[in-house]
Amino acid sequence: MTKPRALVLRTAGTNCDRETAFAFELAGAATEFVHINELTARRRELNDYHILALPGGFTYGDDIASGKILANELTYKLEDSLQKFVSDGKLIIGICNGFQILVKAGLLPNISGDFQTIEATLTLNDSNKFEDRWVYLKKLKSKCIWTENMGKIIHLPVAHGEGKFIPRDNKALKILKDNGMIALEYVDGSGHKCGYPCNPNGSVENIAGICDKTGRIFGLMPHPERHISFYQSPYWTKNKSSKRGEGDGFSIFASGVNFAKKHL
Amino acid sequence: MLWRVEVREKENFTDTLGESVKKDISDLGFKNKVKDVKAVQVYLIDGDLDEAEIKKVCERLLIDPVTQEYSYGGNVFDEKNKKVVEVAYNPGVMDPVEESAKKAIKDLGIKGVRSVKTAKKYIISGNLSDKDVHSIAENILYNKVIQHAVTKTSCPVTEEEPYQFKLRRVEILGAGDAKLKALSKNGQLFLSLEEMKTIRRYFKKLGRNPTDCELETIAQTWSEHCKHKTFRGKIEYTEEGGKTITIDNLLKSTIMKVTKELNKPWCVSVFHDNSGIIRFDEKNNICFKVETHNHPSVLEPYGGAGTGIGGVIRDPMGTGLGAKPIINTDVFCFGYPDYPYKKLPKGVLHPKRIMKGVVSGVRDYGNRMGIPTSNGAVLFDDDFIGNPLVFCGNVGIMPKDKSFKKVSKGELVVVVGGRTGRDGIHGATFSSGELTHESKCTSGSAVQIGNPIQEKKVADTILKARDLGLYSAITDCGAGGLSSAVGEMGEELGAEVHLEKVPLKYKGLNYDEIWISEAQERMVLSVKPENIDALIAVFESENVEATVIGKFTGDGQLKLFFDGESVCDIAMDFIHNGLPEIKRKAAWKKQIFAEPRLSASKNLTSDLLGLLSNPNIASKEWIIRQYDHEVQGGSILKPLQGIGAGPGDASITRPILGSNKGIILSCGINPDFGKIDPYWMAASVIDEALRQIVSVGGDITKAAILDNFCWGNTNKPDRLGSLVRASQACYDIAKTYGVPFISGKDSLNNEYSTGKKTISIPPTLLISCIAVMDDIRKAVSMDLKKAGNPIYLVGLTKDELGGSQYYKMKGFVGNGVPKLDAAYGKKVMQALAKAIAKGHVISCHDCSEGGLAVTLAEMAFAGGLGMDICLGAYKRPVGQADLKNETLLFSESNTRFAVEVANEAAFVREMKGVPVWKLGSVVNNGVFKISGTDKKMIINSKTSSLKAAWQKPFAKL
Repeated sequence: MTKPRALVLRTAGTNCDRETAFAFELAGAATEFVHINELTARRRELNDYHILALPGGFTYGDDIASGKILANELTYKLEDSLQKFVSDGKLIIGICNGFQILVKAGLLPNISGDFQTIEATLTLNDSNKFEDRWVYLKKLKSKCIWTENMGKIIHLPVAHGEGKFIPRDNKALKILKDNGMIALEYVDGSGHKCGYPCNPNGSVENIAGICDKTGRIFGLMPHPERHISFYQSPYWTKNKSSKRGEGDGFSIFASGVNFAKKHL
Repeated sequence: MLWRVEVREKENFTDTLGESVKKDISDLGFKNKVKDVKAVQVYLIDGDLDEAEIKKVCERLLIDPVTQEYSYGGNVFDEKNKKVVEVAYNPGVMDPVEESAKKAIKDLGIKGVRSVKTAKKYIISGNLSDKDVHSIAENILYNKVIQHAVTKTSCPVTEEEPYQFKLRRVEILGAGDAKLKALSKNGQLFLSLEEMKTIRRYFKKLGRNPTDCELETIAQTWSEHCKHKTFRGKIEYTEEGGKTITIDNLLKSTIMKVTKELNKPWCVSVFHDNSGIIRFDEKNNICFKVETHNHPSVLEPYGGAGTGIGGVIRDPMGTGLGAKPIINTDVFCFGYPDYPYKKLPKGVLHPKRIMKGVVSGVRDYGNRMGIPTSNGAVLFDDDFIGNPLVFCGNVGIMPKDKSFKKVSKGELVVVVGGRTGRDGIHGATFSSGELTHESKCTSGSAVQIGNPIQEKKVADTILKARDLGLYSAITDCGAGGLSSAVGEMGEELGAEVHLEKVPLKYKGLNYDEIWISEAQERMVLSVKPENIDALIAVFESENVEATVIGKFTGDGQLKLFFDGESVCDIAMDFIHNGLPEIKRKAAWKKQIFAEPRLSASKNLTSDLLGLLSNPNIASKEWIIRQYDHEVQGGSILKPLQGIGAGPGDASITRPILGSNKGIILSCGINPDFGKIDPYWMAASVIDEALRQIVSVGGDITKAAILDNFCWGNTNKPDRLGSLVRASQACYDIAKTYGVPFISGKDSLNNEYSTGKKTISIPPTLLISCIAVMDDIRKAVSMDLKKAGNPIYLVGLTKDELGGSQYYKMKGFVGNGVPKLDAAYGKKVMQALAKAIAKGHVISCHDCSEGGLAVTLAEMAFAGGLGMDICLGAYKRPVGQADLKNETLLFSESNTRFAVEVANEAAFVREMKGVPVWKLGSVVNNGVFKISGTDKKMIINSKTSSLKAAWQKPFAKL
């Protein structure tokens, strides 16, 4: 395949669609913005694409709870298309609000395999406020295809108020660990676990991103699309002499697009 | 049937809201009395739902099954022996959750929901009396302007009766002067007697009395807020010991004059659209507007500030044929957050509450709109107690061929976006009046609550319709609502509007309320009839309402109808040009303040630590991090810089991903200088905004500035005199620097009267600066980079401690306000800009509040490095007296920078002819040392202690 087709989903309150599409384009995908109304009215079909991207934002104002209303819409109005998309082994990435949507729609971690059971949540940060800050993330050994090309530790910004990851119970947490479903954890600059603000929200076990059992559906709170270029890093003015090029987040998009090229 | 659902956090999960309310209650003075607070989310769902359905709604939608539980048949908590307060919105106040909740329930496949309302319930345990609970509720839990609190369960709001048309006329033909005055006051028209008489004359000619709607339209168009009568009128100005001069139109003779004389080819559209437009690159223009939303923020800080940013975002959206909003800025002035509750004037909210509300209001609106907030400032002074200032700005970008609009005869008037309610009635006229301790009761309807997601939908769809070429003109509904928007667009041609067609939030609004409502998130378009179906389809595709409400006629009249009945028929020419000319008196007399006598100190470390902990200087990280400054992916230089998160001078944004062209934003503001002399205040804040542009690698020949004047009551000659003086400085300084003004706004009634006493804010001018940067890769940040590098001071220090933060900390104002030699300043800035562009400088920070000492300390902790500085290296220029250590360290003289130099020889060569001194170097032992003019140590501290002092004041909010 030359160019995998990526659908960047939009609705009221989607914010990070442009930069997410830019990252996918840079990684070699052909991207299109599609409003949820076009999918639910069946004017466009999800299964015409290889990658579904749920970008960051405040869909429907995050009213009731973050991501909840779009999650509800996906579950109840697009269930058949979505199930086919997933069973065909296609790729989904949810960033920030997109991650919240995937979790609240039961698409992540989807341990039960029925897309119905809510097995985890993303809830209010321990600091009880929205925070924009840069964090270090460590790649864990996982099934996630989206972190394949990634270096061991990367630097990305988070910007959220409800990013504290909590699995439903210890059993769910154990399944996530045992099955290589935890893809990213918050660490300090040298790769060690540490508390706030390295872990910006109080997530259980410093979990920053998870995938489903197939490794093809991936959600993370940090924003890889905000570190595509060297000049987006907060410390670039200090490291002017270092190699300039892509930012740390680029490898995530490249991994997804490369996988789609090879396998879909 | 009505279902009442209560949702709570499960036992083993933190009730974050409850915990934070508990902390606020403790802070209010009930530390030992409050044991525990639980928060409950209440939903009141009315409709034909059976029990199975409501259960489904609860389980699938309203709760998070991992962390929450619910009840729909009674209380979710045992409330025995506890105090209960439930807070619900007042009738007519939009509940933002209603629309999305209704949609989501429908998505579940459940029909028959009529309404969804929400409320918050707080269950408080502890040793509190009913009186205590009352005080807690009033001070923390609700604001009576938009909400009400009950101690039992709240009721859903009952629907209003439909409106029965009845035309109302106001008797003015037979009214005498006293009656006219009373009419203006009681009707909240805020018009002067002279203006009322002009209106009476006009209607005498028509041979009839005006309708309420006609009178309101005129009052709104003639308001200070919309017409800027002070700036555009005649002023008789006398300076102490000088002649009296007459100024005809202060704006045209100072601020607009500079722009005209400089005649920059890259100024595309200035001073006539909703924001000022400049060229960005071959394909795009950018526009910038900054507004104030002071008065609404006093009454309801959260809603007032949120709609402040929401309103200014609509300015670029309504500029030309519509720009995409890409950057927000905000600047706030508050009373000190530790102001004693007991000293607070009656009817005034505590500054801490105002600050928290304003910050979260701007946060929630800006973040939800997906616009990065990249620049700002926060200042504190006791004189802002009754009148905090809330400045909000927005930058937009548009293809260059979309920069102009034109309304043509026969085009349709289309209102797009939010529905109309009673929100914000009298906002335009109200913001032009002085506040009293009663304004919370009488002007309550002037406060609006925003719905950012509605505005985001409007922004997304407008850009789609713009690119399809489906409309010919656009403007936003801001102050004055439809009256102002249609009035402006139809000024030349005339317009007719059928008010019953305007979509309403709820029944019961009369024609006049519909016309002047300031409901948020609405835009007005002018659309050719052949494009209307395609236009409506674009908006419908993303669930935005677009409604034809009238047309632009060509007869020069403003004609309004309700169900076919005429309710307004007046000439556009009278509305826009009928305002009588007023002549005001203005006088300027220098005020003398006590001059401090401070004994020379051998150790200034504690003074430096004190300054770093001064709220005006201390880290605003608490606020900055709550604002998303990286959304849209364009952030190149962020508000917090270096590994130590030091305060950046200006932000740089790359609006087009993949291009290296950038936008620099900065601001200058200094009310402390304003107290001494508004001329030098204005000069200094222009210098401040420009030096920050230079500091990050910008070029002032590519910079444009905006003015926002916030003053006391300029009907008083001394206030007006100081305004004249500040405007004169704007002309003088901008002219010398060669920097044009492209837009501006004023708020001239920032006084608060408690009956006996009037508190005026200090004269406060905000200068916002925007500059195009050709190559963002040349940017420089303020954090120290490498041990061993030399540190230079660029620019002269003078004995100018008046209005400094150093004097303020010592309890003085002083008189020696920093003056500015702009011709010299320009030379310094140009030389430094060149040195930076050539890569000789690797860190740069301008000297402002706190002087050189604070600048150096900030650079050190931002870079996590130390510094070794010797003031003895400062050689005074010929003709200047020796300066004391305190002066060298804390004077806030203009046009000065501290720089870390990479290539010393090249730097010195480039700076030839400009005063520079090598003061010391960067060290990596983590110690910050300054020795005085006699080489003896005067400051010695760990860099980490300086940082701790700087971060402390706002760390725990």
